[in-house]
Amino acid sequence: MQYEAVIGLEVHVQIRTESKIFARVRTGYGFEPNTLTDPVVLALPGVLPVMNKAALDAVIKAGLMLGCRIAPVCKWDRKNYFYPDSPKNYQISQYDQPICSGGSVEIELPGAARNLMGEHRRIPLTRIHLEEDVGKLNHAAGDSLIDFNRAGTPLMEIVSEPAMHSPDEAFAYLTALRTVMIYAGISDCDMEKGQLRCDANISIRPKGEQKLGTKVELKNLNSISFVRDGISHEIKRQIALLSSGGKISQETRDYDGMTGTSQALRSKEMAHDYRYFPDPDLMPVKVDDAWKDQLQAECAELPFEKQRRFFEQYRLPYTITSVLIPDRGLCDYFEKAAGHAGEGRAQAVGNWIVNDLLREMNVQKQSLAESKVRPEHIAELVKLIDEGTLLSNLAKDVFVEMAATGMPPAPIIEARGLKATTSVDELERWCREAIQSNAKSLADFKAGKDSAINAFKGPVMKAAKGKANPKLVDETLRRLLAQM
Amino acid sequence: MSSEPNINIEHVATLARIALTDDEKRVFASQLGDVLAYIEKLKEVDVSGVEPMAHAFPVFNVWADDVPGPALPVEAVLRNAPASRDNMISVPKVVE
Amino acid sequence: MTPPHYFCTIASLSDALRVGKVSSLQLMREVIARTREVEPRVGAFNSFDEEDALAQASASDLRRAEGRTLGLLDGIPIGLKDVIAVEGQPLTASSRMLANFVSPYDATVTRKLKAAGAICWGRLNLDEFAMGSSTENSAFKPTYNPYNLECVPGGSSGGSAAALAAGCAIATLGSDTGGSIRQPASFCNVVGLKPTYGLVSRYGLVAFASSLDQIGPMTRTLEDAAIVLGAIAGHDRNDSTSYPAQVPDYRSAMTAIRGPWRIGIPREYFGEGLDPEVESAVQSAIAHYRKLGCEIRTVSLPHTQYGIAAYYIIATAECSSNLARFDGVRYGHRSIEAKDVNELYFKSRAEGFGQEVKRRIVLGTYVLSSGYYDAYYLRAQKVRALIRNDFLAAYRDVDAILTPVAPTPAFRHGAKKDPLELYLSDIYTIGVNLAGLPAVSIPCGFTSAGLPMGMQLVGQPFREAELLAIGRAYEREHPWAERHPSL
Repeated sequence: MQYEAVIGLEVHVQIRTESKIFARVRTGYGFEPNTLTDPVVLALPGVLPVMNKAALDAVIKAGLMLGCRIAPVCKWDRKNYFYPDSPKNYQISQYDQPICSGGSVEIELPGAARNLMGEHRRIPLTRIHLEEDVGKLNHAAGDSLIDFNRAGTPLMEIVSEPAMHSPDEAFAYLTALRTVMIYAGISDCDMEKGQLRCDANISIRPKGEQKLGTKVELKNLNSISFVRDGISHEIKRQIALLSSGGKISQETRDYDGMTGTSQALRSKEMAHDYRYFPDPDLMPVKVDDAWKDQLQAECAELPFEKQRRFFEQYRLPYTITSVLIPDRGLCDYFEKAAGHAGEGRAQAVGNWIVNDLLREMNVQKQSLAESKVRPEHIAELVKLIDEGTLLSNLAKDVFVEMAATGMPPAPIIEARGLKATTSVDELERWCREAIQSNAKSLADFKAGKDSAINAFKGPVMKAAKGKANPKLVDETLRRLLAQM
Repeated sequence: MSSEPNINIEHVATLARIALTDDEKRVFASQLGDVLAYIEKLKEVDVSGVEPMAHAFPVFNVWADDVPGPALPVEAVLRNAPASRDNMISVPKVVE
Repeated sequence: MTPPHYFCTIASLSDALRVGKVSSLQLMREVIARTREVEPRVGAFNSFDEEDALAQASASDLRRAEGRTLGLLDGIPIGLKDVIAVEGQPLTASSRMLANFVSPYDATVTRKLKAAGAICWGRLNLDEFAMGSSTENSAFKPTYNPYNLECVPGGSSGGSAAALAAGCAIATLGSDTGGSIRQPASFCNVVGLKPTYGLVSRYGLVAFASSLDQIGPMTRTLEDAAIVLGAIAGHDRNDSTSYPAQVPDYRSAMTAIRGPWRIGIPREYFGEGLDPEVESAVQSAIAHYRKLGCEIRTVSLPHTQYGIAAYYIIATAECSSNLARFDGVRYGHRSIEAKDVNELYFKSRAEGFGQEVKRRIVLGTYVLSSGYYDAYYLRAQKVRALIRNDFLAAYRDVDAILTPVAPTPAFRHGAKKDPLELYLSDIYTIGVNLAGLPAVSIPCGFTSAGLPMGMQLVGQPFREAELLAIGRAYEREHPWAERHPSL
């Protein structure tokens, strides 16, 4: 039997704020244990939560960028359950009135080849709500140790509809979502730091069937490749189970990315009953148009919209955009450089960025901010090549020196004597000689075969020892041929 | 609708994470049974069209700016802790 | 005959301090001596820190000597119910769960009292986690009514009422979720004010039921209540439910407000179960207002009979969640028998909580559990809205509502065993909490057996000054609180 997988993802994104969602103590990663707490975070007797406006701004922004409906009024609820990493033994969350609902994430599926754009789809969202993160449990041999530094970090839970059908789609969804979050400045989405965490609900059903199968929740998909591998593994497990006459039980499984296996979590002996009720310590949130408009104005352009604009405005090929787009900083860099370079040179600028700049950054282990190459230097380099002042075969070396020194290209070319300084007389002589020694190509050209002109260029360049400006060579040849 | 509420003490105490003795279960079941029977009174009230009252007064958007204040020193965090080591709270092993 | 300092009011002591008739240190020493003398019989304190109190008193005297006095409360010992956090002091909520807990922070009211120069004095006993009406539910010891040691002082702020009545503090703070300030005040012949919900910050008050809890003063006079309220009221950024209202000078405001007033008598509050002596005391107070020219109107609060049911759903639901943090993990009692973390929860909470607390947590957990939310919690919140509407409707015709505080005067220790019977005795006080209104319990006489009685004035939201002024019109001619217990 043919099966179809149905996948929904629940993604938790830590919002980058200075202070915690309900307490005014700083957030952070990698600090000494229990140094980022206060009475509120620790849930000491008597303390009360106070909302962080920045966390609300962030989630509304996310909602606006993903086309969600923003609830005019929403409230906070308590989700009651006991766990040692949860200081209050309830989590402040949003139950039946999430701040964002609906919306979608545009994704790109893998193309037929690396250099071909894949199909785009929209994965509908169910909701996005705000909640607080819990502390971290470290399991030792004889006991467990709790660090509450992470507790109270603002978290956004983004729930997709069960609308994906393959691990590739899930992977593309997560990649796209992550890019949007980074673009919006909402989160760095560093999965190693737990800033983005993913659980997947997976079920399978006979192809063509509408009814959903029994779903399994797969937890701990804590790297982007684990998401693809984990889901793929789970789909295979379910198909194998059903095919051998087994039955899928509704359970939560823990995926181990190192071994590529999953294990059912010992079904909590006590059934979950979260006893949600409105948190009496917090007032509801009202989002009016003025607030929304203000945030809307701060929203970044969506990644795929930027890509489409790059196609149109700069005529960039897919391959260049696919390198630029995931990195908003690189896109900004590109646009700055392309602006300086002027009309018709954007693609060349793009090429220098995605090939040479990234290579040099990689070699030097630099970030874009650390790189010494300024966008206007790349623009100048492209201009110099285009105008014939610098021959492209020499340009790579110039760029390496630009990256090493931070100097603009012109002084480097000057200092190294790389300027293409062919004399017009000499060039004319070489061209005349090349034409005269190749009667067949001359005849071909005269007969209307334009490409025949290329046959003269080799000997000219040879005579010029490679220092001739190809554009000038072409012009000179055409002028002489026209006179013949 | 008319069925008398029957509190499953065992289940509820489990949700609340309180170990009750058999005596307590018996006594609580009967006492809370009385209370719940009394509470049934509420079913007489016509509440159609009434907005539930979650707060004493309607105020919205009570928040603070995103400016961190001081952290509690780690010694103060641990002073009231029943058990700790390596600046962390220690609990008996947690089994998932 | 002038009473000893420990029986004086804030108003008179602040005068005495100002003119140098007494120093704060001397006053504090007298209060300590009185406390040492009567505390073994009254049992109002969970603990007190004499050294700390004397140091605070000396600091006050120094300020005074340097002309930096902070106001009327400077140098006045004020006792705090042991649910209000004071940095460096125990915070037990009279629970075994928190027997060894020391607060690393100040409640907002504590911070404000300190800023006003008051001496935070003693940790006062209560029903565990403020759940009860007799202070018999303290995990440590019962408190005894100074007017009759065989009787309860009321609760849950029984320690606050008894300490004040016994002369072990000049004023105290209590907390009131369903009557926990007003009922013990009426049992102990003191004034007890429950402010409008949101007027006084709850930050640093160990939560029982967040949407109902409110801290308030317990004092010897309404004027003193105005002074303390002025010090502790006001918007607090650390409490999201704190109301952004301007705080008037209640003391001068209450003298500026003049009657006559329209006083409402809710017919539902004078029915079956009301002790005849209490009823006649309240009736004579009504007669007094009539004599003053006030218009006495019968009003109806038709949903009164549903108050207790709604209250016990909302209060227990909130408490079941609020008390989940007491799990033996980060602080508080931890069972030594636990082998894994789940056992740690079950055993620590079984050992750390008393019967009433467990009972309410279980009830609250039940009403919130799957399938019951709509029938219980949601419905109770709707009934709560109806109860509030009843009051607001009545306030179209009257300025304040006058009722008994409790159906009976103080009862004997051990007299009430059945939880439901105790819950039902909150009938006159809980409506006020559900509606979020201010109310004050004012001494209104003694029974033939010599037990104090109180009447309750319920006011309009954030109009405490008016409420105090109305009460003052009675108190001026009936200064019952000047009668002290013989201990």
